[in-house]
Amino acid sequence: MNAASQLPLVQVRDLHVRFGAKEVVRGVNFDIAAGEKLALVGESGSGKTITALSLLGLAGDAAVQGSALFQGRDLLRLTERELRGVRGGDIAMVFQEPMTALNPLMTVGRQISEVLELKQALTQAQSWQAAIELIASTGIPEPARRAAAFPHQLSGGQRQRAMIAMALASRPALLLADEPTTALDVTLRGQILGLLADLQRQTGMAVLLITHDLNLVRRFADRVAVMEQGALVEQGPVADVFGQPAHAYTRRLMASKPRRDVQEDAANPNAPPVLQAQALRVVYPTPLPGVRGWFRKGEFVALQGADLRLQPGRTLGVVGESGSGKSTLAQALLGLLPYQGNVEVAGRRWQAPAARNSQANQALRRQIQVVFQDPFSSLSPRLTVEEIVGEGLRVHEPGLPPAELRQRVQAALAEVGLDETQFPGLLARYPHEFSGGQRQRLAVARALIVQPQLLVLDEPTSALDVTIQQQVLALLQRLQRERGLAYVLITHDVDVVRAMAHEVLVMKDGVIVESGSATQVLNAPREGYTQALVAAAQ
Amino acid sequence: MRTASSSPSPSLSPSRRAWLRFKRNRLGYWSLVVFVVLVAVSLCAELVSNDRPLVVRYEGQLYFPMVKDYPETTFGGDFLTPTDYLDPFIREKLAEGSNWALFTLNPYGPNTLNYFAKMPNPSAPTRDNWLGTDDRGRDLAAQLLYGFRVSVLFALALTVTGVLLGVVTGAIQGFFGGKTDLAFQRFIEIWGSMPELYLLIIFSAVFAPSIALLLILLSLFGWMGLSDYVRAEFLRNRQLDYVKAARALGVGNWQIIWRHILPNSLTPVVTFLPFRMSAAILALTSLDFLGLGVPPGTPSLGELLSQGKNSIDAWWISLSTFAVLVTTLLLLTFMGDALRDALDPRKADQ
Repeated sequence: MNAASQLPLVQVRDLHVRFGAKEVVRGVNFDIAAGEKLALVGESGSGKTITALSLLGLAGDAAVQGSALFQGRDLLRLTERELRGVRGGDIAMVFQEPMTALNPLMTVGRQISEVLELKQALTQAQSWQAAIELIASTGIPEPARRAAAFPHQLSGGQRQRAMIAMALASRPALLLADEPTTALDVTLRGQILGLLADLQRQTGMAVLLITHDLNLVRRFADRVAVMEQGALVEQGPVADVFGQPAHAYTRRLMASKPRRDVQEDAANPNAPPVLQAQALRVVYPTPLPGVRGWFRKGEFVALQGADLRLQPGRTLGVVGESGSGKSTLAQALLGLLPYQGNVEVAGRRWQAPAARNSQANQALRRQIQVVFQDPFSSLSPRLTVEEIVGEGLRVHEPGLPPAELRQRVQAALAEVGLDETQFPGLLARYPHEFSGGQRQRLAVARALIVQPQLLVLDEPTSALDVTIQQQVLALLQRLQRERGLAYVLITHDVDVVRAMAHEVLVMKDGVIVESGSATQVLNAPREGYTQALVAAAQ
Repeated sequence: MRTASSSPSPSLSPSRRAWLRFKRNRLGYWSLVVFVVLVAVSLCAELVSNDRPLVVRYEGQLYFPMVKDYPETTFGGDFLTPTDYLDPFIREKLAEGSNWALFTLNPYGPNTLNYFAKMPNPSAPTRDNWLGTDDRGRDLAAQLLYGFRVSVLFALALTVTGVLLGVVTGAIQGFFGGKTDLAFQRFIEIWGSMPELYLLIIFSAVFAPSIALLLILLSLFGWMGLSDYVRAEFLRNRQLDYVKAARALGVGNWQIIWRHILPNSLTPVVTFLPFRMSAAILALTSLDFLGLGVPPGTPSLGELLSQGKNSIDAWWISLSTFAVLVTTLLLLTFMGDALRDALDPRKADQ
């Protein structure tokens, strides 16, 4: 396909981007032929997004050097006025988060027709019609009705489709797609990517796909370029690069699929369960419309009839898409939410109300701890490492002398692989000095210091880069083997479940639709929903 | 490890880093320095501008008129009344032979009436009265110095009480949410719709005017704006993961508020501090200007402004008062700007 045209559509030469003294893109060269699908892959902070943004002059106050020839013009030399003609014209962009990229106060049809009026000089009536056709072409049902909807009235997948319709409005020669599927659920990702591929075939535009997800690249792109810390380390046809990665970093990236390294057989199948729940049900109050809502609250059932059982040293994977009730389940198990039904941690129930810190509940809290998804919001930015990790001891063993407290904190940190030799003055540091993976280690240390039997891991690796993800999972596997910890692992990532779980629950709309051993559920899923989830992750 | 090596001094707390960013803003930093110096000078106003000398040596004996009243007879006068050190006769006596007196930089207090002035009142700036006098013959420089002190101290007190009330109420609403929040919000709406100025007028008619009364009245209405910001911060922060993690560890409510949420919710409070100060100074000045403020005899910028308005020919009164006010408010605004930038999470460290 890339042999079709002699002169490439885009020719980027020696691109440098600098923020102050910090160089984030260092001498990048690549071409995109007309109608070609190029994928730019790399971890967060590798400079892939800023490379794309700098082509459109959207890199903010960064200093950009080099050249980027597009249809005979150097994009980096254009004036702001000329660039405005290019943006949303010959080059369009699709962003990661459609909710923030669409104007919440305008209907999607209006936002698309605005582009048409600007770029194709259509009248309002014509542009509205054209907008509806574009929306229809992205596969949104009832396009005429949806055009009059506001972004918040559409589902996540529909919003992303509307974004794509908007980008296509100007019939671009090049589409920059920045992580277009990352914010979507797994089953939707495949659909959106398929849509992009279809539209690309129909219109013959070139696509620059920016992503960290190698599965997407394999399925979508013709060629791939790999970035590491601002430099392009390898590029070539997808089959070549993926088949025989030449650069060490590419090989590392390829090998970063989570590995399974857990004890397969339960040490004692008859051991009493460390966690069990029967008929667990959680409802949230929601406002009722109209006068009725003044006196009563409606009910939203977030979790319905959940049964589960977990033995020491085992991992229960809970899979489901956003809104399926996974996190509600986690909070109910942790005794942070009022619930109906029965939850037993280490053979004892939460004393109602579960959120109250009664003495009985405090004893249970030592047994069950939690690690959250976002390592940036799960550590208070104004406490030192010692204060964060030592908090549990201060609550549960208030009389502890400071010297011993410090010693226990250091021991917990050493166990998760953080010590003074790596980080001089570790205990007095603040979270902002650590990377995402290191922060996740801190969060694990905070949970471990009270010596729980059970950890609830709420998407523990979703916010991390693939290579870091691998390290954190290895840490969790090692801790399980050494301490016999039981995990409730909540995730939407089937690969992670495959690597970690002994048993699996699949959740949809607050109900457990399938459960069983990991091999059975993941290799021979019974329910259609589970099959879709597993297939999407291939 | 990459992060560790890239930051030169590793263990700076977030507030320390904000302070360093504040210092890098030269306008804001120097405004703070100048403001602190001005406040420090005004706090020692008695040593700078006073109608009594600091030390007197009269016929071999040392006297300290600042701390003790001496009758005129002590220095060779005729009466038993307290000495008027501006009296040319006394001055002469104190300069005789080996006698001497060490006067302050500006030999007038805020309420000193100079019965021996060479010019009619109000007097334009002269060598005796650098900024002139007001219509009662009081020295303007002294009045400005003392008036500035009253304004700043009042503003500081008002800001502190307002911040305390605002943070406490905002924290309670935001943290507990639900019905507590609902009740407080309705209360704030009702309270906020009370006509503040009329209440001030009524109260100043009923009670004897005093700074304490003014402070209480203004505090009663000054906390609501801040409380809304703190409430919003608490609502946002209480559902962050680190708070959930603390709950899962069994940390109690008050500990969570105090250790986890409060320190992370103070950014708007700190950012508003200088602006609240300048608003408080302005409020006091306007009330004084209207005659609803501090009791008569208290040096006050607002009272000077209204004098300036009444005797428009005495340009030095309005001009110098205006200059003091503008300088104060500008300094505070510059500080506020710098502080806002320093606490802006989007701003980089370098």
